[in-house]
Amino acid sequence: MTAVKTETSGGAIEIGGLRKAFGANEVLRGIDLRVASGEVVCVIGPSGSGKSTLLRCVNLLEEPTAGTVRVGGVDVTAPDVDIDAVRRRIGMVFQSFNLFPHLTALGNVVIAQRKVLRRGRAEAERIAREQLEGVGLADKTGSYPAQLSGGQQQRVAIARALAMGPEVMLFDEPTSALDPELVGDVLGVMRGLARPGEGRGMTMLVVTHEMGFAREVADRVVFMDGGVVVEEGPPARVIDDPAHERTRTFLSRVLDPAAARVGETD
Amino acid sequence: MTAEPVEAAAPGGLSRRRRRQLSLGGQYGLFLAVVVLVALLADWDRLRANFANRDVARDLFPDIITVGLRNTVVYTAVGFGIGLALGLVVALMRLSPVAPYRWFAAVYIEIFRGLPLLLIFIFITVGVPLAFGSPAPGGAVGQTGLALGLAGAAYMAETIRAGIEAVPKGQTEAARSLGMSAGRAMSSIVIPQAFRIVIPPLTNQLVLLCKDSSLVLFLGIVLEERELTKFGRDLAGQVGNTTPIIVAGVCYLIITIPLSLLARRLEARQRRGRR
Ligand SMILES: Nc1ncnc2c1ncn2[C@@H]1O[C@H](COP(=O)(O)OP(=O)(O)OP(=O)(O)O)[C@@H](O)[C@H]1O
Ligand SMILES: [Mg+2]
Repeated sequence: MTAVKTETSGGAIEIGGLRKAFGANEVLRGIDLRVASGEVVCVIGPSGSGKSTLLRCVNLLEEPTAGTVRVGGVDVTAPDVDIDAVRRRIGMVFQSFNLFPHLTALGNVVIAQRKVLRRGRAEAERIAREQLEGVGLADKTGSYPAQLSGGQQQRVAIARALAMGPEVMLFDEPTSALDPELVGDVLGVMRGLARPGEGRGMTMLVVTHEMGFAREVADRVVFMDGGVVVEEGPPARVIDDPAHERTRTFLSRVLDPAAARVGETD
Repeated sequence: MTAEPVEAAAPGGLSRRRRRQLSLGGQYGLFLAVVVLVALLADWDRLRANFANRDVARDLFPDIITVGLRNTVVYTAVGFGIGLALGLVVALMRLSPVAPYRWFAAVYIEIFRGLPLLLIFIFITVGVPLAFGSPAPGGAVGQTGLALGLAGAAYMAETIRAGIEAVPKGQTEAARSLGMSAGRAMSSIVIPQAFRIVIPPLTNQLVLLCKDSSLVLFLGIVLEERELTKFGRDLAGQVGNTTPIIVAGVCYLIITIPLSLLARRLEARQRRGRR
């Protein structure tokens, strides 16, 4: 699982004063966050705190209301920016996989290489096979998404994003929709991407509630609530010794589901 | 059924089940009586001579196939092709962020679904030459294809729009996040999935168009352009016998029944769900 190949790695993500409102509902209220080249940052926080919206603002699936987002030094919020060129450099993995059901695993990884990067068929297929092998699915290239388990589908989705040679990767709760026994495979792939045997790892911004993964892989953990960053720091500090009451309450719910149920009634 | 015991005596003194049996028996009896009555009253020799005259039928071949059936298939195929292409365009306009496109598409759909098809045929053959100084190109094929296509597009646009809307939003987002433009995401990711969804209803549309191609009957067309209905009617008039109409009808069924069965099978397969 450590064979994940990245063509380029490590553009930095710099987010400054980011605000996003849906109508009157201000979901992001001034986010400042820097993910250095090759760094892995995990974002945690309660439901509705704006984690997905933050990620979606980075690759412009949502248009920020104010503030700047720079990826690899390029201001993606500039008015004259080529939105498709920006997204090409940013890989995104969704909670619900979003594989293309009418294409095989190989076809899923090939199509954007062909249509966006204009790679030839042979080259695109070679890269796709390499990427699928890298996520442990060399034997599933001909399978349709419906024939794959959730964990396998999510790994195809990761291979699909990596085949574009992104500078940064965004993961939005990549394991939340998976059965517990399938979570490990996907986290294994992500770990290999963050800490490859040789060279620098991928720049990764990961929304996750897998505290074990965050503790082990993340360089920093960011706790968000109500559209702001409440605290951030090394995983050992934020997870094991949080400075804020809100962080403590949230962590106690995530780490102990029984406490979550009690917490909801008060 | 409620908690009432099944064999309990009902007001008429008969059990519920017994009464149901009697009622069913009555229905069968009535049906049989009607069939027998019609069979007895009908003049079978006369019917056979007029509806299933073997000599008349034999003389229809091969022209009813090589001219009639062939033209029906050609008119239907051209009409369906035009309707599908135009329907896709109208569907995309209906979903466009550009408001005037949406209005145009909505008006188009309402107008062409609201008009009798015959009126559209007459408009194409009479109106177009008056308005443009020359008839629609492509002779009978072009005119029929255009009339069927214009009307079919209105129905197909609504079907295709529903199909496009049935493709989850996450599909477009995944495509866009890979760097595809909006148009590319639509053509490579959304439309192929939408078409899978709309193949059964479009097959039904094809059956309707096949039958509607008979409206060429009202156009001035030359002998080689006749399709099944006009061919059947002309020959029925010539030989003074209804058999050509029957044979033409059978030819339609040879096309439409397998298509309908196919559509139903595709629907059933989709309901079982490959996704
Ligand atoms: N397209 C949208 N239109 C309107 N409101 C939206 C939209 N997307 C998100 N929101 C609102 O923004 C808020 C934050 O949503 P977001 O999905 O970013 O939260 P989240 O932290 O990812 O939560 P979760 O853990 O449940 O995924 C929510 O209140 C949500 O209702
Ligand atoms: Mg979310």
